[in-house]
Amino acid sequence: MAGHGEKEDSKKQRRKIKSVAKMKEIMTTYYIEAKTARETGKKVAWITSGGPVEPLIAMDVIPVYPENHGAMIGASKMGGDLCEKSEQMGYSPDLCSYACADIAAAPINGGPIGGLPEPDMLICCNNICGSVLKWYEIQARHFNAPLFILDTPISHVDFSKEAHDYVRNQIRDYIAFLEKECGKSFDYDRMNDVGRLSIEGQRLWQAVLDTTANRPSPMSAFDAFFHLALIVTLRGTQEATDYYKTLLAEMKTRIKDGIGAVENETYRLLWDNLPIWSKTKWLSEKFSSLNACLVADTYTSAWCGTMKYIDETDFLESMAQAYSRVHLNIGTDQMAETVIEMIDKYHIDGLVVHSNRSCKPYSFGQYDILDIVRKKRGVPGMVIEADMVDERSFSESQVETRIDAFMEMIGAAKPV
Amino acid sequence: METLEKFHEIARDPFSFARAAKAAGGMNIMGYVCSYAPIEIISAAGFLPFRIFGQGKNSEKADAHLQSYCCGHVRNALSDAISGELDFLDGTIFPHTCDSIQRLSDLWRMNTDFGFHYDLVVPVKVSGENAEKYMTAVLRRFRNELESAFQIEISDDKIRAAADKYNRIRSGLKRLYALRLESPGAISGSDMHAALRAFMSMDPDRFLDMLEALMKHLEASGPLAGERDGQDGATPKRLMISGGICDSPDFYSFIEEAGGVVVQDDLCSGSRSFSEQIDLNGDIIESIGKSYLKRIVCPSKHDDLYARGNRLLESAKKAKADGVVFIFLKFCDPHLFDYPWLRNLLKENGIDSIMFEMEDKFLPDGPFKTRMEAFLEMARNR
Repeated sequence: MAGHGEKEDSKKQRRKIKSVAKMKEIMTTYYIEAKTARETGKKVAWITSGGPVEPLIAMDVIPVYPENHGAMIGASKMGGDLCEKSEQMGYSPDLCSYACADIAAAPINGGPIGGLPEPDMLICCNNICGSVLKWYEIQARHFNAPLFILDTPISHVDFSKEAHDYVRNQIRDYIAFLEKECGKSFDYDRMNDVGRLSIEGQRLWQAVLDTTANRPSPMSAFDAFFHLALIVTLRGTQEATDYYKTLLAEMKTRIKDGIGAVENETYRLLWDNLPIWSKTKWLSEKFSSLNACLVADTYTSAWCGTMKYIDETDFLESMAQAYSRVHLNIGTDQMAETVIEMIDKYHIDGLVVHSNRSCKPYSFGQYDILDIVRKKRGVPGMVIEADMVDERSFSESQVETRIDAFMEMIGAAKPV
Repeated sequence: METLEKFHEIARDPFSFARAAKAAGGMNIMGYVCSYAPIEIISAAGFLPFRIFGQGKNSEKADAHLQSYCCGHVRNALSDAISGELDFLDGTIFPHTCDSIQRLSDLWRMNTDFGFHYDLVVPVKVSGENAEKYMTAVLRRFRNELESAFQIEISDDKIRAAADKYNRIRSGLKRLYALRLESPGAISGSDMHAALRAFMSMDPDRFLDMLEALMKHLEASGPLAGERDGQDGATPKRLMISGGICDSPDFYSFIEEAGGVVVQDDLCSGSRSFSEQIDLNGDIIESIGKSYLKRIVCPSKHDDLYARGNRLLESAKKAKADGVVFIFLKFCDPHLFDYPWLRNLLKENGIDSIMFEMEDKFLPDGPFKTRMEAFLEMARNR
């Protein structure tokens, strides 16, 4: 028995991704730097996850991501408590839980890291939703800090020339805003370097995600949710680029050695929407136990999905289009097309849709996407009703029953 | 009064009214889902601009497309569109509003066929030169697309004439509001609701005539009814309503029965939709754009950090409101996010408020009534 246990342990050990330790180290250093910015004389900007961070890096401003904070709150299972606090403040329980948890954490320095460092400015890009606009307005009033809004018109069908001009003009305003808040001129040469690193980082991140086309997949979407942090928070830095080089090398080695994220990968699934941060471990184990690997997702690829619009020789100008046409800022039918492309690319057997109460622009339209996928590719799908942060919206027994039924159906359609 | 009866008839069943109007006059009808739709351009193009407030007769039709956490406005509109209730429409305009309406447009485009479908992606930031430039460009493109889709010409003169007509309607509605502010009993809440619904459903020429008739009637009623008696003969408390859309006439009678009277509103289906006049001089498209950007801001847009709160407070003070009643659609994110701030701001300035959430239509049952009565009791004791 002992021998069997040891063998299991060593197998488990072998499947562990080694880069995780490095990642944790980088994120810890990053948060320490951000939290001690006052002492080191650096400025802190809060910025939305889909916002253009590169000009901040070029200006030596430390970007801080309330959404990443929300994810940490969810992962530490502190979401329910903080959302309850926001309800006591008067916020509806139906609002975005990232926003609510963060709004409740701000006055009490709540959450797993004792609150985020106070912002010197806030940068809100509405390419991901309208909730960020309200959330940032609230926090800008709370901290009495200046707010810059980059308004990126949605491309329901296409991206108009008018919209393009509008965003480009606002990027000029953004630079002027930063120059005013930082009290120094914008360094365009530095911006070119940051832009180049951003593109390199995005390419590497896409390459990491591409490795999961392999059977067995060297990592799962649950791993991607974790390793995503750097392309979000430190995009445009050498550190992020170096890290993804290491991670990519590790993935390639795993492929060579035949190491998969799931031991007996039989079924390959695609995840849609944000993770359920409080339940990633449980879900990962649940799917693994059924020999299913969530090999890809529509969420983590959003940070490298618009590279086709970026002009390497003119990052600043071309980022107007790239930031406007992200996955959440396009029509539902285009989102379905992206899902279909991923189904083909990653050889997907089933679609797992997280119907996320907190994220209306991501969730409304999912039923139609499921239908399109079923019709065009014959790939079945399932819906998990939950919330990205608030663990009170998750019914483990109900979700478990659904997953079991879904996997049974997939198993029947694809006998091993 | 005949005019009011007609308004009520329209408000009770706007779809049947539109269908009949189309059959009678052959007028094409363009639906729109948000008050940022430029009705002047739609009207100048020869369409009757018809604001869609979903009736939700077959709301289960939306279940295959929308989750349970979607607001009633979007759910009802989609189910009406899918089930054929809106068969009189020749097209639909979706101004960019909130996340839910954004997806409603996609689902509408993907699941129905009304011919013309237009996403009018207006700016979210409403102040500044860039916003103005972009707004004008959006409206110009809209005009061009209408022209080429329907093989028509929409001249500046036609647009100016439509803007002039709507300016007169806006002035008229403002007079009506001013009258109510002075003599809250002059027009009941449900009559006001009916007049506004008619405004958003009717041919503007006809509405303007009827509005004039109503004003004449009210102004000629001698010394205005003044303040009506509230509960137990007490003077009713002056209330301001704030929220998104409130398409429930019952809500107003509910307030009146509880001993209150509505003297002002900050609603998208009310004063926010006609707050700004259009400058008829200069480039007419630019003027229209500017007026929409300058109007009382919707919470899904951004003016500056304090604009909305300041305006609400100022308006409540001017109305000498004893309290503010917030009425929100459940799942209406932009309003629900602003609520704690607005509530606190009013409180700091000595104005009490109460908040009601409704699914789609207001159902004045037990708990609502008790809360409203307690709120008015508190206001009386202040």
